[in-house]
Amino acid sequence: MKRGASETAQPRTLSGIPLESHYGSPAPGEYPYTRGIHAAMYRAKLWTMRQFSGFATPEETNARYRYLLAQGQSGLSVAFDLPTLMGCDPDDAAALGEVGKCGVSIASLADMETLFDGIPLDKVSVSMTINSPAPVLFAMYLAVAEKQGVPFEKLNGTLQNDILKEYIAQKEFLYPPRPSMRLVTDVVEYATRHVPKYNPISISGYHIREAGSTAVQELAFTLRDGIEYVEWALERGLAVDEFAPRLSFFFNAHSDFFEEIAKYRAARRIWARFMRERFGAQDEKSWKLRFHTQTAGCSLTWQQPYNNVVRTALQALAGVMGGTQSLHTNSLDEAYALPSEQAVTLALRTQQIIAHESGVAAVADPLGGSHYVEALTDEVERQALEYIQRIDEMGGMIPAIERNFPQGEIAEASYQYQKRVESGEQVIVGVNRYTQDDEPKLEILKIDQAAEQSQVEKVAGLRARRDATRTDAALAALRAAAESHLNTMPLILNAVRAYATTGEICRTLGGVFGGWQERSVL
Amino acid sequence: MDPKIRVLVAKPGLDGHDRGAKVIARALRDAGMEVIYTGLRQTPEMIVNAALQEDVQVIGLSILSGAHNAIVPRVMAMLREKEMDDVVVVVGGTVPDDDAVRLKELGVAAVFQPGAALDDIVAFVKSAVRAAV
Repeated sequence: MKRGASETAQPRTLSGIPLESHYGSPAPGEYPYTRGIHAAMYRAKLWTMRQFSGFATPEETNARYRYLLAQGQSGLSVAFDLPTLMGCDPDDAAALGEVGKCGVSIASLADMETLFDGIPLDKVSVSMTINSPAPVLFAMYLAVAEKQGVPFEKLNGTLQNDILKEYIAQKEFLYPPRPSMRLVTDVVEYATRHVPKYNPISISGYHIREAGSTAVQELAFTLRDGIEYVEWALERGLAVDEFAPRLSFFFNAHSDFFEEIAKYRAARRIWARFMRERFGAQDEKSWKLRFHTQTAGCSLTWQQPYNNVVRTALQALAGVMGGTQSLHTNSLDEAYALPSEQAVTLALRTQQIIAHESGVAAVADPLGGSHYVEALTDEVERQALEYIQRIDEMGGMIPAIERNFPQGEIAEASYQYQKRVESGEQVIVGVNRYTQDDEPKLEILKIDQAAEQSQVEKVAGLRARRDATRTDAALAALRAAAESHLNTMPLILNAVRAYATTGEICRTLGGVFGGWQERSVL
Repeated sequence: MDPKIRVLVAKPGLDGHDRGAKVIARALRDAGMEVIYTGLRQTPEMIVNAALQEDVQVIGLSILSGAHNAIVPRVMAMLREKEMDDVVVVVGGTVPDDDAVRLKELGVAAVFQPGAALDDIVAFVKSAVRAAV
């Protein structure tokens, strides 16, 4: 933990009792890491406070990033708008009304240059939440680093690049599962060779949980997705210890405090054993599950929105007591809109209070050895392993997705949960108990329609200005690579450098791979 | 016995967050209605055509992306063009209060914001269909 001059080397309670870095055995930092992946945990390094943020134009989001860094945030996390997430340019008919609404619009390298203007990429770690078009946005990020003179070896950060959970839960997919998995693996292979400190994938349970899964389903489907990515990378010819240390995970922190902590503890134990026993990894770093946590967006209520501050604080505390490596705390107004600056500052302060005032960061795995938490950890693990075995028996996650297995399990769980809320069995304060009529009104962030107009004009200007011969040649070379078995990343990077747009690159790949429609199940 | 109420639950726009749409569809079905779920990424044209073909009395639009001001007016205009004004349109999602007022001025029967109870939605749909007959 970074400590100020007034903080002593050995933490003490407020009454002055000196504290060990952990209590009981086995110690945190020992295989299978149920108690955490580091012996000293937050004493050695506090979690990264990383607020997911992005809206409107690259100019406006760049200003928000500079503000967040000035407030003590320790890393950036880019939220893209829906057209970018779906590989459409701002002037695409499908993008009408959606540009800059849910995140920032990035249509080309020019937008990415603006996004990180004045932000040195060798100093600030950047996480990017992007999936189907992940290779494109990753290439733009690399191209900005080149322009800043930062070597790829110095880049720190995380690309979400987790397509399987899109078919399972969030549904932002462009191509069929198998070519999508090839693109994911292209990025993993390229990053392993050229961007060694960067996490090329963030295997995500967050969205699975937000879609209505239980904690056990979130854990099971996420770890089974992880197995799928490992198998594809091995198939590609990478050695497990070359890439496994850079696989990262992303979990939800929902409201059931102890079950969430049990989930994180079980996740580490299951993953460590899979990596060592199923895949024969030798490097300890391959065994250690590192994860980001975000508090549960779906738990935020429209009614009595200030209650959301308390919900978020409790969920964040579960993430910290579960040993998270980085954390996003939601803002109180997010059931309404993207957060205001005031709301996001309060969310960041919530983390800072947990880190510096509550004392929970002093001792690793403070609940380890609790009869309740250990029993719950064992049970969550047992149930998750059952699910994983069922998916193994189906032939892996892709066949499971094709037969709608995880989607159906989640839809059923979310409906049952909603019925418990309706019946009052599951209490939601301010919604089905302790309701009040005079709700406080919030000042919410509104995204000006001008952002869309500005992005539409910018991308048109770019197309007119760039060297069209160079762009076309780069896209043709990419198409040829997509049709072959070559890694597409170097070709995507060249197309990005030639200022091909997000939409043009994604359409080029779509021309080879085709599209994907899910069979909707109720 | 009354014939079953026919409802089209639709998910317009680019957003794929379909938890709400699916929960509502199941709740309406459990309440005895005939529910057709369009699946994701439906354009206003696709939604209105599906409503026509399926001969529904109700269209439920689920929008969580903030794009309601761009999408809903187009659906309403196309329904008018096709003389389908008698179809009851309800919207669910993250729609701020002042936008909800504007959508109702366009002819939307109700806007259900986060936290709305399933029972209330079911009851509203039943009474709105009775009133429209």
